[in-house]
Amino acid sequence: MTRGVWGWITTVDHKRIGILYGVTAFVFLLVGGFEAALIRLQLARPDGAVVSAGTYNELFTMHGTTMVFLAVMPLNAAFFNYIVPLMLGARDVAFPRLNALSYWIFLFGSLFLNASFFVNAAPNAGWFGYANLTAKQFSPGANIDFWVISLQLLGVSSLIAGFNFIVTILNMRAPGMTFMRMPVFVWMTLVTQFLIVLAFPVITVGLILLLFDRFFGTNFYNPGAGGNPLLWQHLFWLFGHPEVYILILPAMGIVSEVLPTFARKPLFGYPVVVYSGMLIGLFGFGVWSHHMFTVGLGAVVDSAFAVGTMLIGIPTGVKIFNWIATLWGGRIRLTTALWFALGFIAMFLMGGLSGIMHASPPVDMQQQDSYFVVAHLHYVLVGGSLFGIFAGLYYWWPKMTGRMLSERAGRWNFWLMFVGFNVTFFPMHFLGLLGMPRRIYTYAGGLGWDLWNLVSTVGVFILALGILVFIGNAVASLRSAAPAPADPWDGRTLEWAVSSPPPEYNFRNIPTVHHRDELWALKAGRAPVEAAPPPPREIHLPPPSFYPIVVAAGVVLAATGALTHLALVVAGALVVVFGAYRWAFEYRSSLGGGLRPPSDASPRGLRGQSPRSSGPR
Amino acid sequence: MTQHPPVRTYLLVAAVLAVITAVEVSLFYVTVMARFLAPLLIVLSAAKFSLVVMFFMHLRSDHRAFTGLFVGPLAIAIAIILALMALFGAFVVARP
Amino acid sequence: MTTPHEAVIGSTGLDHRKMGVWAFLGSECMFFGSLIATYLVYKGRSLSGPTPHEILNIPLTSISTFVLLMSSLLMVLALAAVQRGDALGARLWLFGTPFFGMIFLGFQVYEFATFVREGLTLQVNLFGASFFVLTGFHGAHVSVGVVWLLTLWTLALRNRLTRADALIVEIAGLYWHFVDIVWIVIFTLVYLIQ
Repeated sequence: MTRGVWGWITTVDHKRIGILYGVTAFVFLLVGGFEAALIRLQLARPDGAVVSAGTYNELFTMHGTTMVFLAVMPLNAAFFNYIVPLMLGARDVAFPRLNALSYWIFLFGSLFLNASFFVNAAPNAGWFGYANLTAKQFSPGANIDFWVISLQLLGVSSLIAGFNFIVTILNMRAPGMTFMRMPVFVWMTLVTQFLIVLAFPVITVGLILLLFDRFFGTNFYNPGAGGNPLLWQHLFWLFGHPEVYILILPAMGIVSEVLPTFARKPLFGYPVVVYSGMLIGLFGFGVWSHHMFTVGLGAVVDSAFAVGTMLIGIPTGVKIFNWIATLWGGRIRLTTALWFALGFIAMFLMGGLSGIMHASPPVDMQQQDSYFVVAHLHYVLVGGSLFGIFAGLYYWWPKMTGRMLSERAGRWNFWLMFVGFNVTFFPMHFLGLLGMPRRIYTYAGGLGWDLWNLVSTVGVFILALGILVFIGNAVASLRSAAPAPADPWDGRTLEWAVSSPPPEYNFRNIPTVHHRDELWALKAGRAPVEAAPPPPREIHLPPPSFYPIVVAAGVVLAATGALTHLALVVAGALVVVFGAYRWAFEYRSSLGGGLRPPSDASPRGLRGQSPRSSGPR
Repeated sequence: MTQHPPVRTYLLVAAVLAVITAVEVSLFYVTVMARFLAPLLIVLSAAKFSLVVMFFMHLRSDHRAFTGLFVGPLAIAIAIILALMALFGAFVVARP
Repeated sequence: MTTPHEAVIGSTGLDHRKMGVWAFLGSECMFFGSLIATYLVYKGRSLSGPTPHEILNIPLTSISTFVLLMSSLLMVLALAAVQRGDALGARLWLFGTPFFGMIFLGFQVYEFATFVREGLTLQVNLFGASFFVLTGFHGAHVSVGVVWLLTLWTLALRNRLTRADALIVEIAGLYWHFVDIVWIVIFTLVYLIQ
């Protein structure tokens, strides 16, 4: 393994890329949390003067955009990257350099978005950027330009990763791992990747139209010229609704791994859980206008989308029943990971119930744009996605770091987060029903909102304390001397068959799989004991490459040019083309005369290893 | 690797594509067909589309995983086009 | 990721890159589908300015459509040539395909310039905006394909394209045919159905 910073910059190892995603995303989780804390400080008392109205608009816009695209999605990606190849019995993903490219574009795109703060032009029209507030006429500054371009960058990153993981999961499963033997986390990852590659192109187009309106004077969203701002809403939510399933399905996958392990019982109704996940993904494309019940689509349209939305509750509910049935009759070990998974079930259920309430158009007429929706979305995204991610962190931390997290600190972590989360967001149901609108920087006293706003703000600091406990737990763990065993939890899936952390090549011999929960079968003696083949003399891994970061830098350079000078756009494009060509020919002989694999003596191999298929052979 | 069709097949497909295109353009100019123009043209184009996908892109004889990877998203895209057209009133018949 | 350009066969018995490209093309259906939906949603809704009927040149575009269709034929001939190790055929057809592509692009450039001169711009009305964005992004895709194919052609010229490279030629072909079928849809929905 290449040493030092250069090693990280040129890595194509899925485990390192997973860690890069995880660390970067966690930093942005804190950034988004800081933005939330400022929002709550502003709203703690009526007539708040902590921030101005303009700054407040930037805060809730950046909080939403950051949490969705810079925190939750890449935290999920950290697990996709680190864990999925191990669960499949593979040595890496299908396209390791593309994997690195996804990360670098994500990193540079995130920095690009946050750079807007430094020029006092942070995006300020909400994370959903409704037209035509986003038109040049009404948003003349660079705020929306930053937003549009950043989202395009982050979208490209997600799309590339989507293709990578689809091929990895379909095509790099260990021998004997049929689809119905794959871990549920892998299944949910697969569905999520399909949602990404199908939904992101739609918002790409919506953003292109907005970009053309702002930069080139078109009128796609300008009603004065015949354009229709509703087109934006449709394109945005055609993406936006699948996006919320992109955010939650991985957490559901994590929970589906954690529960059986700590109930010491296989997942109840595995096929049903898998099919439910697929149905949720598919139906998720048919309900987008439930975000638009108040724009006047008409009774027929509203009813159609209402019915669809209620139907989605069915596969979701089915999963919850299966999770509960998994726990029922199990021999429960209450680890922190399990606590977070239990918290997920309870909190996501509550978020789902408020969501079903929104599914009724007449009810939604009252709830739209009120704090009731803020309560709903945080119950599913924090109580759901974030709790699921924390379950994953506690569950897979030993595997990824080779250290154990303190279970005692983990209890404090969980309970502080659980209590803090509920104190913050439960009162928002009341605030919504009492008529408090969202996205307004302050409110008058005496409307009956004062107490609950104050309570909610107090809750945020309890939640923050919980996060701090996690950070302390993590730091202490990394410094502690006690190494983690390969299989601290009596795991069921293949990642627990290798050391903690795994060797660079993951598996000495690619395993052959005969069961779901293969490891339990092996340990219980139910799997056929094959004579262990001799370990291979050499294991070739994809060599590190410099070109992913080069191409990513070119992309972001071009993006910067879009806001500054055309010359930079051209320069960036040239860097991309240069990087792409060098990438495409990286393994071809430079001497001409046909194909010749680089030899071990090649000066280009930083690890002195020649490239080889990283798939099972 | 799956067997690829002989060159003759490709030439035949190309000829059919050219003929269909000629028919489409001719239909455009034949005003007596105006009321049926849109459905007819859509059917003809769908035929061209399918010929290129099945023969030139080899989907007909390849593993059906590729068909799934392409046709699924294609179906969703068509559904979205139709849904958006409906939502924006493209299928509303004007009252006389 | 592999010894150069040989097939990497996975659990399904299929090559990684071919699978990746088909997934990509599926995604591109959603991309072009959204652009086409935008065009159709705004069809007939322009408040002013040149209409399709006034400005579209069917005879001219029929020729460019035919050229692009034939380029797909040349592409499959190129693939067949590479598959049987026919170096001369490979060079011929791997040049012919992007050459026809460039003719198509030439027609597009001429068409765009003419339209602008006749008063149809991005800004003038919804037809201008949706037309140019849709066909412009299609043209950009064609351009990327041209560069890709010309790169393969230069490999063939230098005798560095062998039978083992059939897969990467096939993949370039899949992309090229896709760009062609998108045009089939655009030609019908934009030009012929007014």
